[in-house]
Amino acid sequence: MRDVAVVGFAQRQMPVFDGSPTCVELLVPLFAECYEQTGWTRRDIGFWCSGSSDYLAGRSFSFVSAVDAIGVIPPVNESHVEMDLAWALYEAWLKIQTGEVDTALVYAFGKASAGVLRRTLALQLEPYTMTPLWPDTISLAGLQARAGIDAGVWDERAMAEVANRSLTDAEKNEYAIRKGGSSVEELLSRPMYADPLRKHDCSPVTDGAAAIVLAAGDRAREVRDRPAWIGGLAHHIDPISVGTRDLTRAPSAARSAAALDLDGVEVAELHAPFSHQELVLRRELGLADDVRVNPSGGALTSNPMFSAGGIRIGEAAARIWSGEASKAVAHATSGPALQQNLLCVLGATTEGAPN
Amino acid sequence: MTRTLSAPVTVAFDYTRSTGPVLGRFLTGLRDGRVVGARTSDGRVVVPPPEFDPVSHEAVTEFVEVAPTGTVTSWTWVPEPVPGQPFDRPFAFALVTLDGADTPFLHALDLASPDQVSTGMRVRVRWAEERVGAITDIACWEALDAVVEVRGEARLATTDPVTGVITPVSLDYLYAASPEESAFYRGLNEGRIVGQRCPACQKVYVPPRSACPSDGTPTAEEVEVAQTGTITTFCVVNVPFLGQKITPPYVSAYVLLDGADIAVLHLILGVPADEVRMGMRVKAVWKPEEEWTYSLENIDHFEPTGEPDADYDTYRQHL
Ligand SMILES: [Zn+2]
Repeated sequence: MRDVAVVGFAQRQMPVFDGSPTCVELLVPLFAECYEQTGWTRRDIGFWCSGSSDYLAGRSFSFVSAVDAIGVIPPVNESHVEMDLAWALYEAWLKIQTGEVDTALVYAFGKASAGVLRRTLALQLEPYTMTPLWPDTISLAGLQARAGIDAGVWDERAMAEVANRSLTDAEKNEYAIRKGGSSVEELLSRPMYADPLRKHDCSPVTDGAAAIVLAAGDRAREVRDRPAWIGGLAHHIDPISVGTRDLTRAPSAARSAAALDLDGVEVAELHAPFSHQELVLRRELGLADDVRVNPSGGALTSNPMFSAGGIRIGEAAARIWSGEASKAVAHATSGPALQQNLLCVLGATTEGAPN
Repeated sequence: MTRTLSAPVTVAFDYTRSTGPVLGRFLTGLRDGRVVGARTSDGRVVVPPPEFDPVSHEAVTEFVEVAPTGTVTSWTWVPEPVPGQPFDRPFAFALVTLDGADTPFLHALDLASPDQVSTGMRVRVRWAEERVGAITDIACWEALDAVVEVRGEARLATTDPVTGVITPVSLDYLYAASPEESAFYRGLNEGRIVGQRCPACQKVYVPPRSACPSDGTPTAEEVEVAQTGTITTFCVVNVPFLGQKITPPYVSAYVLLDGADIAVLHLILGVPADEVRMGMRVKAVWKPEEEWTYSLENIDHFEPTGEPDADYDTYRQHL
């Protein structure tokens, strides 16, 4: 296997993006930041891969217009996934492993505010017995939260602790759109929204985009003194039917964790759009108590659709670059109630990289 | 003035799907007022039946009818229902394990307040008045102690086995144009055709795009282009289709406006369809000013100027 590192990362997160759903004008400055961080031009990029959703954009082939932000003369090597940025990164990592390219720029975008997000996402459900009922994202998360409360796996206080820590950490994140912790008591005194969820238990609707640069071996070393080497990537999927799953668990996350070496992880960026989901993930990943979870504030404070999982990888990588951490794990999710889960281990050395 | 123009857009379509033998059997059961599950290799009865066994991965073949009564295993309150959900007033979604089944099943629970819902409560199926072989043949779950309304025999649409379902999808968006596109539409509202020039390669794009597709540079400089141009390519539309506004035959053509580097698609009138040709010089014909809005439809059509045809070399790079 080739040693591949994250060497560039740029992001934008906001409640409402005042522009078209192809987000081209949002992507242009993100790419410019990536070129500046790497010292490269677009011609140094061997492979491009994007994540986005036509349902979110309300138009077909929305990713084709977004390619304007790249510029395609001479023609580029380009692909797209109807998934989060993290899965686009996975495709790019594989592409580099084939030896065909040494570098890749992966990006994702989404304007969730253009429609009714919690309703639009019903289209990713099982189409015969679920979508016709239009179960919204918050309801599905509410069923999961209740299952854990009834089973005694977590309680409202544990959920509020997650929210309070996220809101407090988000104060240091210029991109977070919801921030400002108070106290667990204060959060618990707020009214129920979708019982058993309060509004702070649910991620805000967020527009945004993000871009990540990958490079192999010496191409990574020429960009950064301390590249964030990818120690491993794994993703698994649980059944889509919420009835056949134990909603207090996420076996696919545990299986991904088992495929990787998480020993010595200091920081975990977990893509948990609902407070209780961080508790599920913490358990499935077997994280030690001293692991710092979501120092960025996490998805509970801003959750740009199709970028938020990849942003976890970017945030984790930035902590390796800065020397703040030597080993980190990033997580991305997709589907209802943590159905699909991807893990990416990042380290300051190439030790532990898959071979 | 806001930075961008926006307008509501509804995207609507019907998904038509075949059901296959397993879901077809389940949906046929619902239509006939019965709930059918399947026994999986671990001995559990699963409702709705999965098409393939989650453990053995074999096709599911053993079907079991379960009771229309059951127990709530999880629930959540829906304070702000969205269109398409079983109720347009607050309700609960609940997972219910029906008597005779081993796994819970998602549907709406009709109660007036979250205080009336609890895990462990007993509920039953309320059937829809008219059943067609769809998940919505179950109207909802209702509390088992609910007052029983006397209802007539449910009307069945047919007695044939269910082999397909149609799921209507309708999504509402507030669709925004980019700032560059907004400048283009504002220009049209003033009778002008506005493009934008790429500072790197000098190409002029009409309608403008946020970045030059050749080199990725943001387009910056606004340029008004001419209202005359050259037909680069065209087609004669002879086929009627849904939503068509003009009776065929008519000509749809790419017009390269003078001063632009990308052609716009528009209607050609004022000339018999069989006389339209590549290189023909045309000009914009606008609707009356009082009908103008933020739309390319302000230009009713293009028609010949009567000038000699353009040289092929003047537009060959734009085909
Ligand atoms: Zn250009």
